[in-house]
Amino acid sequence: MNALSQFAPASAEIFLTFAACTVLLVDVFLPDRYRVWSYFLALAAVAGTALVLVATAPAEPVVTLSGAFVADSLSQLLKLFTCAVVAVTFLYAKDYLRARSLFQGEYYVLGLLAMLGIFVMISAHSMLSLYLGLEIMSLSLYAMVAFNRESPLAAEAAMKYFILGAIATGCFLYGTSILYGVTGSLDLGEISRRATALDGLDVHLLVALSFILVGVAFKFGAVPFHMWLPDVYQGAITPVTLFIGTAAKIASLAMIFRVLVDGLGPMHASWADMLAVLAVLSMAVGNVVAIAQTNIKRMLAYSTISHVGFILLGVLAGTTSGYQAAVYYTLAYVIMAAAAFGMIILLSRAGFEAEALEDFRGLNARSPWFAAIMLIVMFSMAGVPPLLGFYAKFSVLAAVIEVGRTWLAIAGVVFSVIGAFYYLRVVKLMYFDEPVEHAPLVAGSDLRLVLSVNGLLVLALGIFPQALLAITAVVR
Amino acid sequence: MIGLSHYLTLSGILFTLGIAGIFINRRNLILLLMCVELMLLAVNFNFIILSRFLDDIAGQVFVFFILTVAAAEAAIGLAILVVLFRSRPSVQVDELDSMKG
Repeated sequence: MNALSQFAPASAEIFLTFAACTVLLVDVFLPDRYRVWSYFLALAAVAGTALVLVATAPAEPVVTLSGAFVADSLSQLLKLFTCAVVAVTFLYAKDYLRARSLFQGEYYVLGLLAMLGIFVMISAHSMLSLYLGLEIMSLSLYAMVAFNRESPLAAEAAMKYFILGAIATGCFLYGTSILYGVTGSLDLGEISRRATALDGLDVHLLVALSFILVGVAFKFGAVPFHMWLPDVYQGAITPVTLFIGTAAKIASLAMIFRVLVDGLGPMHASWADMLAVLAVLSMAVGNVVAIAQTNIKRMLAYSTISHVGFILLGVLAGTTSGYQAAVYYTLAYVIMAAAAFGMIILLSRAGFEAEALEDFRGLNARSPWFAAIMLIVMFSMAGVPPLLGFYAKFSVLAAVIEVGRTWLAIAGVVFSVIGAFYYLRVVKLMYFDEPVEHAPLVAGSDLRLVLSVNGLLVLALGIFPQALLAITAVVR
Repeated sequence: MIGLSHYLTLSGILFTLGIAGIFINRRNLILLLMCVELMLLAVNFNFIILSRFLDDIAGQVFVFFILTVAAAEAAIGLAILVVLFRSRPSVQVDELDSMKG
């Protein structure tokens, strides 16, 4: 392979890097009244990245750049999905930012750079590239959370996110350094080979695994490493919460796949038990604490934590169907979360954030259509058939039962029944309570259209689950 | 004779000091940032020593990346600190409690 052609599988990342820099440069010289062009350019950058991705799709897994980068069908799937999610996030954010005089190019530049970090994590084939991708994403996200400089809550949330995120990175790196000492390599393939040779039960490897798992669980927001998540969701402006709640979750999934499955796969017996504890705790704490919330963003944060528990269930099964279920669940969750946060953006307007559960009171009287969309999303998150969330939960539970961990499946079902309460409460507020707000919804037709499509997608993919199942079948 | 285990113990102690500092310190956010740096430096120390003993250059390359990223991280951390200080009179850790639940 000659010097230039080894960069070919990373074309999308290279394109995205230049595109983000271009958006940044153009934005600097753009007068305020043309600011919308930053938005269009950012969307064009995402679309261009998706095109480059499709054009350079590898026929079979390629490991390149001295083993630091891998392009396979999993990376292709997750990256294309990330493109779609980031584009939708940008679109939802536009009117919101505009109404609050926050419509600046920085949101889009930081969003594109975070997307670059997610891409690098998805394609990581060495601990070094995984770490760099993680930091590119995290540093962009810290800045995005602090984006609204006037809000004390946002600054506080950003500080908490930063400190806890830095501790997580520190633990991850410490684990990596021990792993490097034991296996003598940073390459995930090489680590996997050495771990097999060491029988996966070496005590040093276990120490390394524990530290790395702390870092991964932190980024994912699994209990007991979830402390940052509710505060960040609540403190950040909703478009940033939307970004962290959707695109960043794909990155966490990629990280868990690359480190635990590709790298430490031979230690499956050890990390499956650790993940089982994290998963049960996440489902329990997430679903129970969410009931006590009055702020809907905070409630959705705890809901995220419980969904993370389900995703971990799929991963810990350790079978192909388990991995497929985890990917399926993540993609399904991202679609549902995008619609849920999109609804909060839709209900908000300048000077009024629809962040309290009370703000959803009587939504049916104000807008029957969007009340129906929210109903679909809430039912889907609760796992009611025939919606998307039902098949996601179903496939994860099936995978867990398949490997004989029935008690985990029972815990999952019990906690989702508990969790159904707070989803149904939103439905009750929308349909059976009198509205306290009577102001009509102010939102551009683009937001209304995409949000409707997003909500209907939850319904359509639930009725025709084969569509998404066929996509996730590429996961080996 | 100072061996590998001595070096690793030292870096372990440094790392623990960093973590302990973050959880024990309730006063100043700047101290938290310093503790985070200490953790990263302990990791760097680990990498350099292991790289030396494994006779492999990759660990030292990793250290350069950690140093660079840590600089960027500190810059963002201090920037967030400045934003935080605009909205409140102090940078006390235990005053960061306006969100609960």
